Amino acid sequence: MRDLLKRLGWAGSISLFIIIFVALLAIFAPAVAPFPAQGLGAPNIADKLTPPSAEYWLGTDHLGRDMVSRVIYGARVSLTTGLLIVALSLVIGLPIGLLAGYFGGWIDDALMRVTDVFLAFPALLLAVLMAAAMGPGMVNATVAVAVTWWPWYARLARAEVLVLRGQPYIEAARVMGVSHGTIILRHILPSTSRPLAVQAALDFGPALLTASALSFLGLGILPPTADWGQMVNAGRAFFPLRWWYAAAPGVTIFVLALAFSVLGDALRGDDGGQGDVAR
Amino acid sequence: MSLVEIKGLSIRFGSLHNPIHAVRRVDLSIERGTIHGLIGESGCGKTISGMALLGLLPQSARVSADAFRFDGLNLLDVAKSLRGRRIAMISQDPAAALNPVLRIGRQMDDVLKSHSGLPRFQRRAAAEELLAATGLADPRRVLKSYAHQLSGGMQQRVVIAQALATGADFIIADEPTTALDVTVGAQVLALLKRLVQERALTVLMITHDMDVVAECCDSATVLYAGHTVEAGRTDELLAAPRHPYTQALLAALPDAVAKGERLASIEGHIPSPFAVIEGCPFAPRCASAMAVCRQAKPPERDDGNHCWTCHLEPHHG
Repeated sequence: MRDLLKRLGWAGSISLFIIIFVALLAIFAPAVAPFPAQGLGAPNIADKLTPPSAEYWLGTDHLGRDMVSRVIYGARVSLTTGLLIVALSLVIGLPIGLLAGYFGGWIDDALMRVTDVFLAFPALLLAVLMAAAMGPGMVNATVAVAVTWWPWYARLARAEVLVLRGQPYIEAARVMGVSHGTIILRHILPSTSRPLAVQAALDFGPALLTASALSFLGLGILPPTADWGQMVNAGRAFFPLRWWYAAAPGVTIFVLALAFSVLGDALRGDDGGQGDVAR
Repeated sequence: MSLVEIKGLSIRFGSLHNPIHAVRRVDLSIERGTIHGLIGESGCGKTISGMALLGLLPQSARVSADAFRFDGLNLLDVAKSLRGRRIAMISQDPAAALNPVLRIGRQMDDVLKSHSGLPRFQRRAAAEELLAATGLADPRRVLKSYAHQLSGGMQQRVVIAQALATGADFIIADEPTTALDVTVGAQVLALLKRLVQERALTVLMITHDMDVVAECCDSATVLYAGHTVEAGRTDELLAAPRHPYTQALLAALPDAVAKGERLASIEGHIPSPFAVIEGCPFAPRCASAMAVCRQAKPPERDDGNHCWTCHLEPHHG
C-alpha cells in the first residue's frame, strides 16, 4: 500500500482516496444517506429549496429532497455508467484491435476503416445522435457513449499488437504450429493489458462527463432517478438564487472527473509513457 | 526420392522494374534421414530460403521455381499447411523464441495441444518425455520454469523439444549454435545428430560456420549471392572443393593457415541484391575468372555425387 502511494505521488494518492471514498458512499448509499427515501426520489414538498442548514447540509431541491442524499444516490448511477462505458468500449474495441493488428492485410484495412468512420465524428455529437435515436435511459446512454469510445481502444490495442507480432517468440509459436487463437489469447492479449488498463483509468473521468452531459441534455437518465448531470440541468432554472441546487452535483462531477484524470496520469507516469493517446 | 527437391528457386521483392533479388537461383536437394548444411555469408539467401520452405515469406515476396517439392508435394501450394505439422524450425536465438512471461510447461502444452489429440495429463507426460529426450536432466523442474531461469543450452533444448512435439519429420535449424558458447553448441549439434538417427528426422542446418558443417552434416549446399554454387557430400566438399568460392571459403578458415600468418580473405564484396548478374555471380572476386565468366551463366557440372556451377574445366587427378 505504501509502495503504491509512493508511486502515485501526493496528487495521485489524494485522487485515489477521493475515488475510493465516493465509491464507498455509492455502495453503502442506503446506510450513509441521511434521507434514503428522498435519495431514491420521494418528494418532500414542505421543505422545498431550503438553503444549506444543519438538517440539510447541501440544501434541498425544488421537490424538497435532501441534496446530500441525492448526490450520494447519484454516485451509484454515475459510477455504474462510467464503468459500463469503459467496459463496453473495451469489449468492442479490444477484439477489433487484436484481430486487425494480428492478421493485418485486408482484415486490418476493413476493420480500421470502420474504426475511422466512428472517429470522424465529434464524440459528443455522435453520442447525442445515438442517444436521441435510441431514446433516454441509462442503458441507452451507456451504449451511445461507448459507440463513440471504442475506436480509441481498437487503435491502442492494434498498435500494441503490431509491436508484439514482430517478437521472435510469436513467430516461433507460429512456426511450431500453435493456433492463431492460442497465440492471440495467450501470447498477445496479456501483454496488451497494461497500456489498456491505463487508458481505461484515464477514460473513466471523460466517460463520466459525457454521460453527465447526455443526462444534462435530457438524453440520459430520467427523473426520479438521481443523476448528477440531470440534477445540474434541473438546478439551472434556480441558479444563481438557489445556487446549491446546481452547485452540489456540479462540483461533485468536477472533483471526481479531476480525480480520475490525475490518477490516470499518475498511473501512466509509472508506465513510462505507454498508453499515451492524444484525445 | 529426396525429401526436399528445389530447382531454380528465385525470390524477389520490390517493384517489377527494379526488383531486389533475395534469392536468384537456388537448387537444394535433401535426402531423408540426413543433416544437410546450407552454407553462405550473410545476405546470400540462406535464411530466406528456409523461410520459403516454411511458407513464412512476407506477402510482398514473389517466389518462382522450376521445382519446389517436399515429399512430392508442391510447397508453393502447401507450405503453410505443412508448417508446424511436418516442418518445424529451430531459431538462432532460443531466448527470443520462448515467451518470457509463460512457463515452459504452458508453451510445450500449447504445441502439443495443436498437434496431438492427447488429454491434458498425457500431454504433460509427453512434454516431460520430450524434454528428457533432448537431454534435460530434470524435465519436471524445467516445465515449471520461465525461460530466463534456464541457461542458453537448456533453452535451445526446450526449443528442440518443442520442434519434436510438433511431430515434424523435417526440421530447419537456422544457426542453432550461434547464440551459444562453443562447448554448449557442440552438445546441441550432437543432440541433433542423435535425434536424426533415433527419430528418422531430416534436418536442414543453416549456418555460416564450416566447422558446424564438418562436425554434423552429411551433405551440404554452398550459396553465394542467392545462387547455389556447389553441393555434395560433406567429406568430398571439404576435401576436394570444386568451385573457386568454396575453395576460397575453406582457405579462409584459421586452421588452413600456419600460425602467425595473415588469414586468407576474399577480396571485394558480395554483389548488391539490386544488381543484374549476367555471368557467374562470383566472377568479380574470383582469382581464376576468365572473360567468359562475366558474360555467360556457368554450366552445371557433376562428377557423380558432387555438383557445382563453374566455367572452369574440372582438372582430374
